[in-house]
Amino acid sequence: MSAPLLEVENLSIALSQGGKSYKAVEDVSFAIASGETLGLVGESGCGKSITALAVMGLLRQPLSLGGGRITLDGGDIHNLPPAKLRQLRGKRIAMIFQEPMTALNPLSTVGRQIAEMFVLHAGAGWSEATDRTVDALRQVHVPSPERRVKDFPHQLSGGMRQRVMIAIALACSPDLLIADEPTTALDVTVQAEIVDLMQELCAAKGTAILMISHDLGLVANMCRRVAVMYAGRIVEQQAADEIFERPQHPYTRGLIASLPRLGARIVHGRQRLQEISGVVPAITAFPAGCRFRPRCQRATDICQSNDPPPTPLPEDGLVRCHHHG
Amino acid sequence: MLAVLLRRLLNIIPTVGAVILVIFLLFSVIPGSFTSTGAEDGRMLDPQVMERMRKEMGLDDPILERFGRYVGHTLVGDLGKSFRTREPVTKLIGDRLWPSLKLAIAAMCFAILVGVPLGFIAALRPGSIVDSVSMVGAVSGLSLPQFWLGLMLMYLFGLLLGWLPSFGYGDGGPRYLILPALALGFNPMALLARTTRAAVLDVLNADFVRTARSKGMAETRVVTWHVMRNALVLVITTIGLQFGSLMGAAVVVEKLFSWPGLGSLLVDSVFQRDIPAVQGCILVIVLFFLVINTLVDLAYAVIDPRIRYA
Repeated sequence: MSAPLLEVENLSIALSQGGKSYKAVEDVSFAIASGETLGLVGESGCGKSITALAVMGLLRQPLSLGGGRITLDGGDIHNLPPAKLRQLRGKRIAMIFQEPMTALNPLSTVGRQIAEMFVLHAGAGWSEATDRTVDALRQVHVPSPERRVKDFPHQLSGGMRQRVMIAIALACSPDLLIADEPTTALDVTVQAEIVDLMQELCAAKGTAILMISHDLGLVANMCRRVAVMYAGRIVEQQAADEIFERPQHPYTRGLIASLPRLGARIVHGRQRLQEISGVVPAITAFPAGCRFRPRCQRATDICQSNDPPPTPLPEDGLVRCHHHG
Repeated sequence: MLAVLLRRLLNIIPTVGAVILVIFLLFSVIPGSFTSTGAEDGRMLDPQVMERMRKEMGLDDPILERFGRYVGHTLVGDLGKSFRTREPVTKLIGDRLWPSLKLAIAAMCFAILVGVPLGFIAALRPGSIVDSVSMVGAVSGLSLPQFWLGLMLMYLFGLLLGWLPSFGYGDGGPRYLILPALALGFNPMALLARTTRAAVLDVLNADFVRTARSKGMAETRVVTWHVMRNALVLVITTIGLQFGSLMGAAVVVEKLFSWPGLGSLLVDSVFQRDIPAVQGCILVIVLFFLVINTLVDLAYAVIDPRIRYA
């Protein structure tokens, strides 16, 4: 792997609550090379989104950086003065959020909200920025962009709004795009369009993607590498095809088994979808030892007493389980 | 925009109708009349005089007839003659309207100019000294009775320091306006500070503010470009409601400062059972409330495109 664009090393994120500090995310490490797409998968509440916010330098109380390093092109972004960090945001690292309904300012035209990017990062005046906004909307395949720039978010459909979000995020051709569940709130048919659009534009601009999703199927299709998060940790990281063929962690196996498969009923007869019993533990009550133990069918005594260390797998992979394989 | 205005104006009509009905019925039902107040004072009027007065004022006519007459006259802007002074009520109110408006506007200006920035600063620095001090001030401002505050202001600035006249309208200049406006505006100011703070904090946690930050915007820009207008929607509601009710709230303050406004006219007229004047005052206060509310609705439409296009 070439020198990584983004490197996250032993990241931990602290959550302070009721005078106590908990680790919402612990010992998370991953790297993304230029133009690469990395998938980050896990159930709700496992720490994916706050990991993304940490990369953006946007953690706010009660969350704060607890330790570790986040480097972009070798430079630690959390040591940057705030003004420098701001210049990075939007220009070199951009982000798309899950809810296109609320992620746009309801009182501003979408044109203005895109144009802001050119004013902030390209030193453009408002009129020049507006011209470039029309181009930006055209790039994300919004029909009749000259008229749409004057529209307010509530006049657009969810898919159109997410296209606007993509236009905002990619306006300054960033090096890295963080997409936090960008299709979760959309109709299935629109989901595919949005994913295709993101991939097409990022490929054209050479933008790397950190794709965050709970949908392992989607991520496996999009990404070369996949990291699976559980309860604030990365429990498995492998190449996408490997993870489907040889999942190592019981949690990953559970995720794959719970994916519905087209045509399965014809081949195997009617079967229930597999589910992973239990729920993700709360940040304030992570179990001792392996955090997946209470839901794991392979759990033994060692899982309770010892936290499984990360075990390297071939080709840069790793798994965190006493009984992997 | 014009459509919004027309719709709001049309909405006013049934409200005014209902108000007229309630005002009329209320005063037909309550016991006592202008003629009987003399009796309460021990000044016995000649029964024949009383009879003649009742006839002249039409007080003995059937209720429907009186209501019809009242509505008819009100619609053409005739609010009747004051029982007390025999002057047209419109003239009485006309004399008092400007002082009242002046007081209400001054009080509201004070409330907005102090309350809104205070709430803003408090919200941007939660937990700071400005925040704690202004919020303690706001709570005490909300719990202070106006008449007490008015008395304290009179005592401090009028008597002790002697900077300002402690009561009266004088030449109607700003020196006479300051103390009553402060007394009247303190409550809405405190409420506005609290509402603004809550509104700004609310907006600061909105998803689109996170988007703005992710764009690499400096916090001051986030606030001026994205937070302010959104918070304003909530603040304007409070401004409208407070401003609307200010005319009614002014009753106490006007009486206290001997301010020749609608409020003191209303109080005097109530004591004298001068029903036409009371009815007129209430009608004007209600109309004022409705006009302010319409303006607020228009302001919404200007600020919020979702309402404009709805």
